[in-house]
Amino acid sequence: MEIKVVRKVLDVNNTIAEQNRKLFADKNVFVLNVMSSPGSGKTTMLGKTIGRLMPEIRTAVIVGDVSTTNDADRLAKTGAPVVQVNTDAFGGDCHLAAHVIAKAAENFDLAEVDLLIVENVGNLVCPAEFDIGEDAKIVVLSVTEGEDKPLKYPLMFRVCDAAVLNKIDLLPHLDYDKNEAVRNIVQIHPGIPVFEISACTEAGMEPWVIWLKEKVKEKHV
Amino acid sequence: MHEMGIAMQVVEIAAASIPEHLKGSRVQGVYLKIGKLSSVVPDSLRFCFDIVSKDSAIAGATLYIEEIPVTARCKSCDHHWTIDGPAFSCPRCGSATIVLTSGQELDIASIEIEEKPIGDQETV
Ligand SMILES: Nc1nc2c(ncn2[C@@H]2O[C@H](COP(=O)(O)OP(=O)(O)OP(=O)(O)O)[C@@H](O)[C@H]2O)c(=O)[nH]1
Ligand SMILES: [Mg+2]
Ligand SMILES: [Zn+2]
Repeated sequence: MEIKVVRKVLDVNNTIAEQNRKLFADKNVFVLNVMSSPGSGKTTMLGKTIGRLMPEIRTAVIVGDVSTTNDADRLAKTGAPVVQVNTDAFGGDCHLAAHVIAKAAENFDLAEVDLLIVENVGNLVCPAEFDIGEDAKIVVLSVTEGEDKPLKYPLMFRVCDAAVLNKIDLLPHLDYDKNEAVRNIVQIHPGIPVFEISACTEAGMEPWVIWLKEKVKEKHV
Repeated sequence: MHEMGIAMQVVEIAAASIPEHLKGSRVQGVYLKIGKLSSVVPDSLRFCFDIVSKDSAIAGATLYIEEIPVTARCKSCDHHWTIDGPAFSCPRCGSATIVLTSGQELDIASIEIEEKPIGDQETV
């Protein structure tokens, strides 16, 4: 006998994500989910970004990490409150789930936070599928990865609201076709803003920071 | 990569979907719909499902996976098509304002339960 079920497998996660979204809306907190493959420069780029946001935009950070690295310490240097979470709570080490964010967010006084940045686990596959209750998702790609990354991970580039192409300071030393990379991103997600930056030299940071500030302010009006 | 977690959710939802009056009946199959854009790898999900379901209320069930193609509709010209390459703009008018109409599913559609032999049925 066939019994109809018709439920999303990720129902539980989606429900908690909606609760998070409501909580963050009540507290006027803009939530940014930052994803990338390992080592593309999320922590470096976020450190530099937060430096340009604070104190105007009060920022807090949740860092997801598979093992203990010093990402949290590095980001705490910006003066922003930082919480590091382990990611083995949902049957794997590959992404942050909504309940992990709910728990981690308890560590902050959200009334004192305008922007909550979540540095997701370095992985271009799984985080794309897990809603955490964020307002925007971005993906960081570095020029040391293949130009065809967007074509290999279409869901990630589809779901993101902006893409950051990092480490452009290395371009002179590489045989990397930046235009092809951007073309591939836009092919997957027409119209997506792509910010070409170097987190190290801080080249190109300004347009990205302006985009983020605008997003945060949109939520506050 | 998170197939184990997905498998756990599938088993939990499937077990919870057994109607009260059929509790104890054998669940023969669990039917999933997985969109091609989803990152779940069917083979590893089946592998994890077998491990996770072994000691559950749906022990012995087979996992059936239907893969759903990625389809889209153009907001400008209403064209509807199947996307089979990494191109997400309208092949008819070139517009980029498209909505994905399928391909991101990760749904349990149904479960198949063995009918209880007549003699086993409780009287109401
Ligand atoms: N040349 C260059 N190196 C960079 C840049 N941004 C980051 N790096 C280097 O890339 C390495 C990884 O940077 P992280 O910021 O730790 O990258 P991540 O994405 O946070 O890494 P995980 O959290 O481990 O996934 C470090 O050695 C950084 O110094 C950049 O713009 N240019
Ligand atoms: Mg990091
Ligand atoms: Zn069209």
